[in-house]
Amino acid sequence: MNASKIVIAVNRFGLGARPGELDRVQRPAAWLLDQLQGPAREPAVFRDLPDSARVLTEARDLRREQREAKRNDEDVVRKYGRWARRNYVAQTAARYRHAVETDGPFHDRLVHFWSNHFAVSADKQPLPAIAGLMENEAIRPHVGGRFADLLLAVEKHAAMIIYLDNQRSIGPNSPLGKRAGRRRPDQQVGLNENLAREILELHTLGVDGGYTQRDVTTFAQVITGWSIGGAGDRGRFADGEPGRFEFREAIHEPGARQLLGRRYAQAGVAQGEAVLRDLATHASTARFVSTKLARHFVADDPPPGLVDEMARAWLESGGDLPTVYEAMLTSDEAWDDGQRKYKSPHDFVVSTLRAFNHVPERPQFIVGALDLLGQTPFRPGSPAGWPDTAEQWGGADALYKRIEFSNQAARLIGSGVDPVELGAAVLGTRFDPDTRRAISRAESRIQGMTLLLASPDFQRR
Amino acid sequence: MLTRRKLLQALGLTAAANSLPGLALAGGTSEARLVLVVLRGAVDGLALAAPYGDGNYRNLRGELALQRSDLLKLDGLFGLHPGLPGVHARFRDDEAIVVHAVASPYRERSHFDGQDVLESGGTSVGRLRDGWLNRALAPLSGSSEIAIALAQNTPLVLRGDNSTTSWAPSRLPDADDSTLGRLQRLYAGDEFFATRLSQALRSQDIATGMDSMSGRRGNEAQQFGELMTSAARFLVAPDGPRIAVVELGGWDTHANQGTTNGALANRFAALDRGLDKLRDGLGDAWSDTVVAIVTEFGRTVRVNGTRGTDHGTGTAAVLVGGAVNGGRIISDWPGLGNADLYEARDLRPTTDVRSLFKGLLEQHLGLSAGFIDRTVFPNSAAAPPLEDLVRS
Repeated sequence: MNASKIVIAVNRFGLGARPGELDRVQRPAAWLLDQLQGPAREPAVFRDLPDSARVLTEARDLRREQREAKRNDEDVVRKYGRWARRNYVAQTAARYRHAVETDGPFHDRLVHFWSNHFAVSADKQPLPAIAGLMENEAIRPHVGGRFADLLLAVEKHAAMIIYLDNQRSIGPNSPLGKRAGRRRPDQQVGLNENLAREILELHTLGVDGGYTQRDVTTFAQVITGWSIGGAGDRGRFADGEPGRFEFREAIHEPGARQLLGRRYAQAGVAQGEAVLRDLATHASTARFVSTKLARHFVADDPPPGLVDEMARAWLESGGDLPTVYEAMLTSDEAWDDGQRKYKSPHDFVVSTLRAFNHVPERPQFIVGALDLLGQTPFRPGSPAGWPDTAEQWGGADALYKRIEFSNQAARLIGSGVDPVELGAAVLGTRFDPDTRRAISRAESRIQGMTLLLASPDFQRR
Repeated sequence: MLTRRKLLQALGLTAAANSLPGLALAGGTSEARLVLVVLRGAVDGLALAAPYGDGNYRNLRGELALQRSDLLKLDGLFGLHPGLPGVHARFRDDEAIVVHAVASPYRERSHFDGQDVLESGGTSVGRLRDGWLNRALAPLSGSSEIAIALAQNTPLVLRGDNSTTSWAPSRLPDADDSTLGRLQRLYAGDEFFATRLSQALRSQDIATGMDSMSGRRGNEAQQFGELMTSAARFLVAPDGPRIAVVELGGWDTHANQGTTNGALANRFAALDRGLDKLRDGLGDAWSDTVVAIVTEFGRTVRVNGTRGTDHGTGTAAVLVGGAVNGGRIISDWPGLGNADLYEARDLRPTTDVRSLFKGLLEQHLGLSAGFIDRTVFPNSAAAPPLEDLVRS
């Protein structure tokens, strides 16, 4: 029993076993919970990255250069593209290097889960250059803390504000909104509901969480002025340090607001903060997010009893995330050997690299592989993030591409390893005798390794 | 799994079923091709086909209003976006229909729920777990899969009990036959893996000869064009699929959506070029083809604060193809006056998109009305099939 619990702790709740990891874990649940404090100091791979303030300062300088250059100067356009790509690749490389090397894989899996829950997508500028930084700056420090702090850090991060357009949302009755309305009555100046809607629908209450279109509009009014420094290249939005959260009173819709049955009389930024803190401990949020956690870790259709326990722990602890994780890890359902998740492409690639204990020299290998497998890093394509069920990842062609990747990985990095030994080292008690037999009969080590990586045993966690 | 055989058995019918009226193939031909293009992100129907003849249009649309002189005229009320010259040419050849003020039964404004309702064919979110096009396959499926998703993962509209396949371009070298054979044996005890691998291998056979697809990555518009060329290859292959589902995203124009140029115009241009590629690739089979282009819902009539539009309700859909009885607009136009708008902000839907789908399934694929109402679109009595969509 304990042996199979160790395999589940390492493969289902961790990121997949590195050779030797199964032998090092003694008490599975304690091993997981001990990781929640995170590393004592920020890992060097992340410390070495330029932060979002610096990256967005560079972005501003590049835009200025573009404006001053002749129109359509191709060199400058290319320079911007290279710069964005360089940042994207560096952040992706750091994320996956850490995922392969970390001794706290449960902590890292939680980081990836929350990063996907609060998805930004690197498909509009300048998101490719900062999407990965939101994960390090807003999510990583808070996954072992309170949900309210995580929520506030994310909604105030430059990547989220830019991705969902909130720096452009202007209160019609704000000082600036009124002036613009008088000066250019033909031009629309006003609200953009994007961030407000997605906070309610995707980050907190869930689409069935009991809010109305009026709540969305009111909430959009509440968070007008939630902007970033250097939101414009010149003029009144240019002030503030680029990339840092900046509350702009001049475009904030003034006045008390009624939202979800509560009155918020606060002025300025405190109003939005109060709403977010209430949303963080709302019963709908507890249920919606607990369901997503249970779906991610335990089963595509999570056991209702487990979700109930987690939602109760959420509400009783005021959204203390370690308490919620613990409610999951102390339930029997979480350790049910019959419940096995089909790995996402991200899970599959990370667990493959951990099995080989190998960080590719060229990070483009990881980007290219995940792109091909349908899960380009930091680019889910929508604020809903990547889906988390086998149904969504289980296309025939998607499986074929996993086989191709297995074949490629076996050729590139797995040719020196005995596939039967590796299978035993990373799958432990879950190494199916039929899989072992098929691998041992393979015509080459590469073929055997391809079979191991593509086997149902390895494709599930 | 509900196979065709089981369905026939369940209905007490035998191999003679094909000749019986009411179950299958009553009016359609086995050569009929259907391509469903799902535009994800909520297309602005008032930009796709602008109601320039509606007196309120210019006023409400403000700076995003398309000029009459820029539009490709359809009739006295509507003009197509200038990014859709190919669709306009088909319209003039009587091979395109624009359906306007259309929506699924969904009346909220979440993309993901809206797509769920559009694709499941249900009346509300989560009511049905499989896709309407999959349910429609029961009387059509033969020995090989009749429907394909040109995507790495099958979209909901094609998911369900009836077997389908999927294909997307690859950039990695193939695993060799020996490895694949061993994997087939290893997967034999696990149905999830076994069925998917055998479907993938069949698609891979058909796709051989598409080498130009691998190792190349153009911009998204070019990729969509290549995807449509691949779709055409599948649809003309002997014993290949006859129904294809293709997706194109990028329609969620909250900011700076533009008019004749800009983000939305580029999307329309990509769509238009992709449709041209499909037509080129289909050759003679174009005359047996209907392409249905749909989206989850429309966008607000008024411009928002950031020169874009927010999530709305009613939108436009397009049918194009040699089999389309076209050159027509189908629209019970609700108008754009303040009292006409849905919740004072959106185009009020007057046509249920299920009416469009039901008409196509009946007239183009020859499914019986009873089967459609019972199995494909249960609870759709309020949405009668649109008539005369297909040339007789």
